[in-house]
Amino acid sequence: MDVYLPIANLSVNGLVIIALGAVTGILSGMFGVGGGFLTTPLLIFYGIPPTVAAASAASQVTGASVSGVFAYTKRNGVDYQMGGVMVAGGVLGSGIGALLFNFLESVGQIDTVINILYVVLLGTIGGLMARESIQAIRAAREGAPPPPRKRRHHPIVASLPLRWRFYRSGLYISPLAPLAIGMGVGVLTTLMGVGGGFILVPAMLYILGMSANVVVGTSLFQILFVTMASTMMHSLTTKAVDIVLAVLLLLGSVTGAQIGSQLAGKFQPQKLRFILAAIVLLVALRMAFGLGFRPSEIYSVAPL
Amino acid sequence: MRMLFALVALLLLGAARDPILVPEVSQHDIQVRQGFTGTELLLFGAILDPSGTRAGRDYDIVVVLKGPTQPIRLREKQKIAGIWINADSTAFRSAPSFFAVASSRPIGEIVDERTAAIYELGLNWLQLSPIGAIDPEEQARFSSGLVDLRAREGLYSENSKGVEVSEQVLYQARISLPSSVQTGTYTAETFAITKGRVIASATAKVEVRKIGFERFVAVFAQEQSLFYGLLVVAVSVGMGWLAGRLFALV
Repeated sequence: MDVYLPIANLSVNGLVIIALGAVTGILSGMFGVGGGFLTTPLLIFYGIPPTVAAASAASQVTGASVSGVFAYTKRNGVDYQMGGVMVAGGVLGSGIGALLFNFLESVGQIDTVINILYVVLLGTIGGLMARESIQAIRAAREGAPPPPRKRRHHPIVASLPLRWRFYRSGLYISPLAPLAIGMGVGVLTTLMGVGGGFILVPAMLYILGMSANVVVGTSLFQILFVTMASTMMHSLTTKAVDIVLAVLLLLGSVTGAQIGSQLAGKFQPQKLRFILAAIVLLVALRMAFGLGFRPSEIYSVAPL
Repeated sequence: MRMLFALVALLLLGAARDPILVPEVSQHDIQVRQGFTGTELLLFGAILDPSGTRAGRDYDIVVVLKGPTQPIRLREKQKIAGIWINADSTAFRSAPSFFAVASSRPIGEIVDERTAAIYELGLNWLQLSPIGAIDPEEQARFSSGLVDLRAREGLYSENSKGVEVSEQVLYQARISLPSSVQTGTYTAETFAITKGRVIASATAKVEVRKIGFERFVAVFAQEQSLFYGLLVVAVSVGMGWLAGRLFALV
């Protein structure tokens, strides 16, 4: 099925794009991450111009996180106050991200920066996740109870001025901390086309020390709004959002997300985390490989 | 340069008794719409004596199809500190977005280098107009990099057996355009060449444009970017919500 993408200016096999969306959708349903970290590199690998790929992938994450937000709302799993602060930071961050994107594009280093970000972030997070899940699997096998996790926020967070009470998260901290985290993730969303769930969730758990039952819901809430902001930023600045590409990706990912969330119930959570860690590390490795080896295209063209 | 010009003028004057070229293109209007996967253009025509009879002598035909030119910056990756990053770059004022040459014999056998350069016959003779001063060696490296890149994308091509001439009268050439072609006005130039001399040439225009939904999307995204962005956001939220609803029913 040949589909012409009017913004990317080329024709693609629509079924491949839908399948690609479905794979990332299943992942997002199973693991509660947006799946953007897979979509953007795969789209680029398929031949979509990098700018169009990063600009259009965010809308897929929006679609995949909508139903998650609804589901967690019903279970009282969203801290709107915390979420609101993070969204504010995220929107600010996506604005900064758009400026950075334009600057890096004009000096010709956007691809390299995106690649390095992928390698560093995915490598670190994947490694941490893999270690943690292996420990959990081992503990479960030996029958030992999982080590009790101490919930406390990072000392730097405690030293920030101006404290607010976040009842649902069970926190009394400065809003500047979630604002900064939201902002950092917002920058990454616009630069990389990712939702940033794989950074947000650990940051909320280990830096803010939020109570675990609102972490995933609140991170989805933040991702939903920040990916929306990022789509807006891209349509206003780079003008590289391809609606046909977005709809194809969405078709696959929204159905995949539903299938994935049903699959998730059938696996042990620590094994799920291990699989996710393996996938994340694989993508990071592939990116690192791409940086170190002679690329197939030495030359690239940018309009003047 | 003036010498060359004078030479060309002389050649053209001398062409008064030369044959006439009647060129035609299979499609003057290429419409890029949903499902467009590229197209094949047939460039054909006849070469006749001024009296209307066939020219009756051996000649070669070269067909050049050229897309709209763009100013571009070409970047070159180099390995720096273990990773491949964009290092050197150069700018060209007029890089054609599409360039295809088809000829009945290898260009080198038909004309000398000077004539080839004047008429842009072949990928080696692209007039890219580099911006700023750069040394010839570097310029050659960059232009061959561009040609190589676009050749593999199917945007630049050179086919030395691409023109068929039958009965010394009719010629035809097929040039394929990939789906990633730029929209705009393309020019198809046809040259009839004998003994290294261009004896007749003719130009036809081909318009490549987006129509219908594709045109609407491209214009909408460019001119109403705020509403376009809102539309994309609404579509993503709507589809996510709808899928959640549908699966809740199952």
